[in-house]
Amino acid sequence: MADTSVLLRAEALTKTYGERVVTHVLKGIDLKIGGGEFCALTGPSGSGKTTLLNLVGLLDRPTSGRIVFRDRDTAPLDDDTRTRLRARSLGFVFQFHHLLTAFTAAENVLMPLLAMHRHREPWMRDRARELLAEVGLSDRADYRVIDLSGGQQQRVAVARALVMDPPLVLADEPTGNLDTQAGEQVMRLLRSFNERRGTAFLIVTHDEHIAEHCDRVIHMVDGRVDSDTRNGLDESE
Amino acid sequence: MPFELFVALRYLREGRLQTWLILAGVGVGVGVIIFLSALINGLQQSLIDRTLGSQAQVVVRPPEEMPRILPRTDSALVSTVVQRPPQRVRSIVEWQRVMSLLERTPGVMAVAPTVAGPAMAVRGPGSTAVTIRGVDIASYESIVDLPGQVVDGTFDLTGFHTVVGTELARQLGVEVGGRVRIQVAGDRGGVYTVSGIFDLGNQDLNERWVFVSLRGAQTLFDLSGGVSTLEVRGAQIFQAETLAEQIRDRTGLDAESWMARNEDLLVGLRSQSQSSVMIQVFVILAVALGIASVLAVSVVQKSREIGILKATGTLTGSVTRIFLLQGAVLGTAGSLIGIAIGTTLALFFAGLVRNPDGSPTFPVDLNLWLYARSVAVALTVGVLSAILPARRAARMDPATVIRNG
Repeated sequence: MADTSVLLRAEALTKTYGERVVTHVLKGIDLKIGGGEFCALTGPSGSGKTTLLNLVGLLDRPTSGRIVFRDRDTAPLDDDTRTRLRARSLGFVFQFHHLLTAFTAAENVLMPLLAMHRHREPWMRDRARELLAEVGLSDRADYRVIDLSGGQQQRVAVARALVMDPPLVLADEPTGNLDTQAGEQVMRLLRSFNERRGTAFLIVTHDEHIAEHCDRVIHMVDGRVDSDTRNGLDESE
Repeated sequence: MPFELFVALRYLREGRLQTWLILAGVGVGVGVIIFLSALINGLQQSLIDRTLGSQAQVVVRPPEEMPRILPRTDSALVSTVVQRPPQRVRSIVEWQRVMSLLERTPGVMAVAPTVAGPAMAVRGPGSTAVTIRGVDIASYESIVDLPGQVVDGTFDLTGFHTVVGTELARQLGVEVGGRVRIQVAGDRGGVYTVSGIFDLGNQDLNERWVFVSLRGAQTLFDLSGGVSTLEVRGAQIFQAETLAEQIRDRTGLDAESWMARNEDLLVGLRSQSQSSVMIQVFVILAVALGIASVLAVSVVQKSREIGILKATGTLTGSVTRIFLLQGAVLGTAGSLIGIAIGTTLALFFAGLVRNPDGSPTFPVDLNLWLYARSVAVALTVGVLSAILPARRAARMDPATVIRNG
């Protein structure tokens, strides 16, 4: 019977790169993310955190194993179906915010809506402004993103990740490029969305302090899950 | 505004210098095509107008007279030398019937009966060989606009009136109202009053052609009601040879098109067109390479953003369309700039040198079809040039470009 509380399930995921010199980045990952969870994915550099994030974010395909999203196996899906599923169900916050520099803050936020509906509608702009207000940038909606500070840009990226109201947001070092204060602000923002909307977060981080904000910490070492603790209690078994 | 167009226009706006440079490139390219086409088409049209300003598209004559075979004699051995008989002015047999047949032939717009033959024009001690052209003004006008080319007097051929060319008038020292004696073989002839002087823009014709009434020419050449030629105007000037062929097949008469009579001119026009096409092909190639290279650079510059677009839900097809649209916009906008450049250049050139009569020495032919074709070519080239960059963008793996920052 399907476990409805499970949002995303990764089963025996492996990922290797290279043909002559083969690098095994992930060596069999089993992972479940439930709805509304606020998880940190930690581990040393090269442990496979970002690779795992890209796989569960349907940006990349595993070498073996499968990812089941809301009881739907994503392996047989073609690229466009994966893109549609990603657009509807997953939000992304990247380390370098990855905003579109040619567009304003509001346009960046509504871009996923625009890509899905193919035409600009007035309600999209309202939705973008609403989210920008929630991240404290209502007065910066019409600014080009290159004119915003690093912290502001990251908050725009958070608003963009939430514009489709996805059940799960994946964040790759969302504070890695910010000073402590701006980093704290972004984390508080993520946490408030988690609490108010029930959005699940999987946050890749090096920062122990940030991991402490999270209810669950998945620690990876050398392509494997080394420990999985929820509120300090080991979840592995 | 559709999503893809919104992104495409923003990218073009963002790469301001790059966009303006390629727009200028496309503009100059299309401008050269328009200028060149307008100039060459204008020159060709003017040459054709001049040629057909004095000639019918198809001239129908009786077949040449052939040598007659001697009757056979059984008892004698005959040594024969076959010689072509001298050609004389003859009438087309049952020309009214032939004329009505021609009028019913598809593609024929007008037919005019004429009489043409050699004669001498004499005034005092001066004389010169001329070609008499007996025409019925009403029907001949629909073939060649002769009255429009009269520079002095009127085109009056009633009774013993004649219209001569400027060169003949100069040679014989005759003016409007003066008299000229026309003499044909067999001592037939008459004295004609010059009612008008024409200028066909061709020295030879201005010297040789003498117009009289159809009836007058029939009398001069003893054709009594006959006509030596039927002159035809077709619907399409470049279909004249096909029309002549049809007429030959239908009537069994000789039919010669203006194209056959002016083969050298046509070869010249054709070579001119071919060299113009060659230049246009190379210009289009340069424009295509320009657009393709700008978009290829843009794909590299935008690779990170393409990755973000794909990661945040933009489908591969939309990414392709974003770049194809950029090519289309560059092509279309560039061609509009090109139309402005080409038109300005062509009009400037046309106004630069003028003939004594005030007409431009280099006439240009600017028309809507030329503009529409230029926009269509530039649009197509823009989209085609964008295909490779667009495919490259569509193939980009979002995970890779995001990982590489």
